[in-house]
Amino acid sequence: MSSHTYRHYPYRRPAELDGRGGRRPVVIAGAGLAGPTLALALALRGVPSVILDEDDTVSVGSRSICQARHSLEVWDRFGVARRMVDKGITWEQGEVYLGDRPIYHFNLAPEPGHKFPAFVNLQQYYVEEYLFERCLADDLIDLRFRHRLVGVQAGADGVTVEVETPDGRYALDAEWLVACDGVRSTVRHLLDLPFPGEVFHDQFLIADIRLASELPKERRFWFYPPFHPTNSVLLHRQADNVLRVDFQLGRDADPEEEKKPENVDRRLRQMFGPDTRWEHEWTSVYTFTCRMMERFVQGRVIFAGDAAHVVSPFGARGGNAAIADVDNLAWKLARVLSGASPAALLDTYCSERRAAARENILNSTRSTDFITPKFPAARAFRDAALSLAREFPFARALINSGRLSVPTAQSGSPLDTPDGDADWRSGPAPGLAMLDAPVANRGGGFLIDHVGPEFTLISFAGRVADLPELPAGVTGLMVAREGSAPAGWTVLHERDGLVRQRYDGRAGTAYLIRPDRYVAARWRKPAGSEVASALRRATGNG
Amino acid sequence: MAETASGGLRQTLNLAQPDDIFSAIVDAHRGLSDEQCRALDAGLILLLANHVGDAGVIREVLAAARRALEGGAT
Repeated sequence: MSSHTYRHYPYRRPAELDGRGGRRPVVIAGAGLAGPTLALALALRGVPSVILDEDDTVSVGSRSICQARHSLEVWDRFGVARRMVDKGITWEQGEVYLGDRPIYHFNLAPEPGHKFPAFVNLQQYYVEEYLFERCLADDLIDLRFRHRLVGVQAGADGVTVEVETPDGRYALDAEWLVACDGVRSTVRHLLDLPFPGEVFHDQFLIADIRLASELPKERRFWFYPPFHPTNSVLLHRQADNVLRVDFQLGRDADPEEEKKPENVDRRLRQMFGPDTRWEHEWTSVYTFTCRMMERFVQGRVIFAGDAAHVVSPFGARGGNAAIADVDNLAWKLARVLSGASPAALLDTYCSERRAAARENILNSTRSTDFITPKFPAARAFRDAALSLAREFPFARALINSGRLSVPTAQSGSPLDTPDGDADWRSGPAPGLAMLDAPVANRGGGFLIDHVGPEFTLISFAGRVADLPELPAGVTGLMVAREGSAPAGWTVLHERDGLVRQRYDGRAGTAYLIRPDRYVAARWRKPAGSEVASALRRATGNG
Repeated sequence: MAETASGGLRQTLNLAQPDDIFSAIVDAHRGLSDEQCRALDAGLILLLANHVGDAGVIREVLAAARRALEGGAT
């Protein structure tokens, strides 16, 4: 049905079947969005990994299509984000309709000056293709297709997995196993770990169709549209003239009936009119659950992405949270493997990303409750908010068709050094993601281009003599209009003063940025040992 | 009785012409079906909540109304 040509990747006989191989630092279960991203983030820090996938191709169906800025920033470190932007549909604004009238318009990127847009819509199979290609070109990554994980034996200081291949079974020893194997995680099932949460019964129909159209690039959402008058409809554009139309069907729909092409076509004709022609790309009727594991780190087995937590699709919080998970995990795992940090650092992967998962579940549940009211009074309030929105701006803010994914606040993490100075007018506080801004450097026109895979200290000292002491292994960025910097420091040439503005930078201001681009600490003027002390704390050595 | 409870919800009369306002609220529902009344009330509550603005007071109002409901009308 799909016009996409799925590439099949070759199976290779593993060395283990011939008695070679040996213990691996990291084995990753699952080659979806999270697994390959984790492998690339580990390779960036010199850590080799093996990825096991039972299949030999990418995601069938477009599935997770909204790639958020924070995910693109992660993928940019591997050189694949630009390709995604070029292929996908960039969008930053959305329109909500009541009936056929627009009632609410939102802009996710009101400020210019970021390397990446708020969102790029790109089918999951393209994202995976680009990631697989990049993994296969990396000497540190061993991506194994048609290798099915069938057993896990977790010990105190390592894991042994049993793998089935077309040539037979073999055992693979690893220091750490990371389960990125999705909502039906085999690893989670094999270890018999619970996945508690809430089941939602409303059904939705995804009709991905190929339709050459001049439709705007914005996300569009209708409550009670004339072409589907009892429910809601969500519309996204994707690459290759593919449209994602998502019809709310209600609880009582018959999924087998709804999936029949003639029934899908009938709904689409009501929407696009009798003369429009389209081809079907992918059809799916889905319900969803919100679930979260109690611990993401279980001894030497770590869970990430949908394997650890799932949400409803409203808000693009599934795939993007998975990328944020592995970005949080990779630098910590690399430090633990090298002995630079104690294994307890990984407990903060669990606490920080469980807090993020809770926030994602809360937001996605609220969106779901607004879109699919669960009892008559809930519907009355939802409809009242919609009706009032025509006239009153306050009611537009209540309309919840999905609160779209942004980096989660990690406030209160034990890795953060809380603000000691009180006079911050703006700028990201410890526990918040750093902000991008344009710079005039030849080697990269944006601040994020200069933030490396280890810790970074951004200083607004102004004069070289006033720069704080730079701890070993930390990249120094000195924000200045011109001039040169001492060893270890790079001068960040300002453009439009936006770095200063976004960080409330005054003479002496400094920010310590984590490898995953979160702020670990900030000062108006760090005293002698404060940076080194914050670094120890942020690396679990405090 | 104190003018306000600890969270700030006013407990004593704050309307100059209480009978006028009471009648106006009731009259707004005249001739409507139960379903239309529910829709009207939902809009009223959202408008008033936004006007009040204070999240603590709104939560107190919700709790107080719920208490009154459980206590019954007489």
